[in-house]
Amino acid sequence: MSIDPTGRQASSLPPELTARELGRWTWRQLTSMRTALVLLLLLALAAIPGSVVPQEDVDALAVSRWQDQHPTLTPVYEKLGLFSVYDSVWFSAIYLLLMVSLVGCIVPRTAVYWRALRARPPAAPRHLTRLPEHATYTTSEPPEEVLTRAAELLKRKRYRVVSTSLDQPGPGEDAVSAEKGYLREAGNLAFHLSVLVVLVGFAVGGLFGYKGGVIVVVGQGFSNTLTQYDDFVPGSLFAGDDLEPFCFDVTDFDVSWLTEGPAAGQARRFVSHLDYREDCRQGHETEQRNYDLKVNHPLTIGSTEVFLIGHGYAPVITVRDGNGDVAYGGPTIFLPTDQTFQSFGVIKAPDAKPAQIGLEGTFYPTFVLPPEGQGLPYSAFGDAVNPLVSMLVYTGDIGLDDGTAQSVYVLDKAKAEPVEKANGQPFRVDLRPGDTVELPDGMGSVTFEGLERWNKIQISRTPGKLVALAGVVLALAGLLGSLFIRPRRLWVRARRGDDGTTYVEVAGLDRASGADPERLREEIAALVGDGPDIEQPATAAHKEQS
Amino acid sequence: MTDASWETLSNQAVAAAGVVYFLALLSHLVEWAGLRRLPADEQVTTGRTAMAGRLGLLLTGIAAMVHVVALVGRGMAADPNRVPWGNMYEFTLSGSFFVTVIYLACYRRFRLAWMGPIVVAFVLSALMVAAIWLHDPVAPLTEALLSPWLVIHVVSAVIATGAFTIGGICSVLYLLKERSKAERGYLARLPEPPALDRVSYRMHAFGFPVWTFAVLITGPIWAHQAWSSYWNWDPKEVWAFITWVVYAAYLHARATVGWKGRNAAYVALVGLATLWFNFIGINYFSSSSQHSYAGVVGDGSTATEVRS
Repeated sequence: MSIDPTGRQASSLPPELTARELGRWTWRQLTSMRTALVLLLLLALAAIPGSVVPQEDVDALAVSRWQDQHPTLTPVYEKLGLFSVYDSVWFSAIYLLLMVSLVGCIVPRTAVYWRALRARPPAAPRHLTRLPEHATYTTSEPPEEVLTRAAELLKRKRYRVVSTSLDQPGPGEDAVSAEKGYLREAGNLAFHLSVLVVLVGFAVGGLFGYKGGVIVVVGQGFSNTLTQYDDFVPGSLFAGDDLEPFCFDVTDFDVSWLTEGPAAGQARRFVSHLDYREDCRQGHETEQRNYDLKVNHPLTIGSTEVFLIGHGYAPVITVRDGNGDVAYGGPTIFLPTDQTFQSFGVIKAPDAKPAQIGLEGTFYPTFVLPPEGQGLPYSAFGDAVNPLVSMLVYTGDIGLDDGTAQSVYVLDKAKAEPVEKANGQPFRVDLRPGDTVELPDGMGSVTFEGLERWNKIQISRTPGKLVALAGVVLALAGLLGSLFIRPRRLWVRARRGDDGTTYVEVAGLDRASGADPERLREEIAALVGDGPDIEQPATAAHKEQS
Repeated sequence: MTDASWETLSNQAVAAAGVVYFLALLSHLVEWAGLRRLPADEQVTTGRTAMAGRLGLLLTGIAAMVHVVALVGRGMAADPNRVPWGNMYEFTLSGSFFVTVIYLACYRRFRLAWMGPIVVAFVLSALMVAAIWLHDPVAPLTEALLSPWLVIHVVSAVIATGAFTIGGICSVLYLLKERSKAERGYLARLPEPPALDRVSYRMHAFGFPVWTFAVLITGPIWAHQAWSSYWNWDPKEVWAFITWVVYAAYLHARATVGWKGRNAAYVALVGLATLWFNFIGINYFSSSSQHSYAGVVGDGSTATEVRS
């Protein structure tokens, strides 16, 4: 990835190669401008599948849903790593090659730049008028004075100036050379280097960081140990015991709802009130503090950050079995399925007697039952205006007996059977807060005791994030330098003619690609315009060079 | 003024700006129809044709002012007041506004008279698309969008989009001009290919750092605050990254032998395609984007959804 004005090119393959030559040839190919360019375009191309195929790291649920829908494609995609594009072999191969190419480019160029920094501006070419931008004039002023004044002017403009006429005889002795804009290449190198810095920061975060989520019912708490997380994605080098020992309680949760306007139904200003301690280990407890956790306002504890990323309802349900014993009880997390917070949830009471009880259904915060034949019930609003839980009842084996792990949000109905009413319709319990429904056949009863809320809290540690940030800031600074600093050279030559007049040639070379020739012309004109007693100023025909 | 009357004002201003842009387009068409009859190297500074050109520029300036009114009205209509780039409709309004602004700002310096008809036609089309397909009533922002980063992240993305769009127009014209042997007419009167290439480069060179700032600095900072992770491989992020890489390749190609000129222009156009695809197309391909303010259904549920 280098922007080399000379466009270093890969050589073609010679007929006979020793191992050493082959190595050198490969290296030269890899670090050539063209290869870097092709790798860049490949990187862009390779990133595309990750935006179309669901990604394991982004949305594991979407991946499994997609895999269920495409049973034939799934094995092929899995082989190609398409569910995890950004850690796949081929994606990594492209960016690692790009990095190698980049290092192979910046190391030699830094050396070249280092030499160029200390070099004097090159001597004036023999024929200044052959340069695309030049001007000539004659004057009665002696050449020395013309050159001295030009050198002073250029120095004032912060050019690095060499007046060969004054300090050394030889070719170009009658000319002033000046150069400026050395920082462009520095910016260019900084930009390329910063790509490596960003990558290091990104890799550190990916290897040593972690990200976990937990759903906490309001009123309950969380302490930062692995077992408390619902989902936990550690970096590959993350040490599992390295969690900061904080804990918090969600004491309260506020939310307001827009009741009018085009965004009616939207939840606003949700705030989770936390009591937290930075250290909860017995004997080390720090003082308790509180924090209002909001979207965009994470809580930082040490190097870990706590984010509020979602909320929902947890109806408190009690299931009593046939003997009247409580077989299940407590707030049950229902996951929202749409904007109205219509939510889906599951209740499992495997120890109920005489038969296991499983419930599966929907929670409607604002229940609306359309007239007969006009569609299904729905939730009209996200706030709990008219809450109702509507669930189907299952019995038999709900799949908890064999000890395999199960999601708490899915009811395994493979060996369970629906409980039916006398007329053969499925038995549905519809409950408002405070309601109790008796189940048929003496199975027991279900009570909707009340409504709690839950918060989805995301907890993450991202080491190296400031390295990555510093990297991109350096990249931007380098980029600005490499795009907007114009490296350029100017030469002024003055010779006394046989007739006693002084012939002066001024020429310039803009070494930036895509620079506006107008600005160089202005600089040349300034050098010309500065001389007194000018005759026949002539500037080059401004012909565009292709 | 009430919020509702601000919104009405904004809608009327969009319509009015559309009409004025249309008149500007007509003036430019009259101008170029007149120029067609003359040899390409003959400059016209007086008479009806030159008048039509100047009128087109004046009308573009007036349209830009009406365009500002539309944007201000949009921001004032929201409760609380905010920057007018909270959804697709507003993004299109702001983006096309910046296209006009960049064109007008560079008109004199780069002698962009030849770009007038194309820029005006483009902005007019963008306004029509916005008004017909993308229009949404003013709505309060979702929780995740309530952040100072909305101002800085989105405005830089909008400005870069404007600059890349103008750069892309130059690249298309460069490719056409390069093949054209016309002695009269629009193509014949365009600047020489190297000059077009240079304007194109200057636009991209301006847009690229701004895009870098939007996508790789402010975007991740905001993402970190709102979603707990500074880079999520969200489809919008992926495509913003792809756009960034392609434009980096464009800048790189201009310095590579064998890729200068024509191939670099093609790379720039690929960049523009990825940019616009990211703006509109990806919303139809992926429903999982957390940038769902831009969703086709406008559900705006960013950061309230649970993905467990």
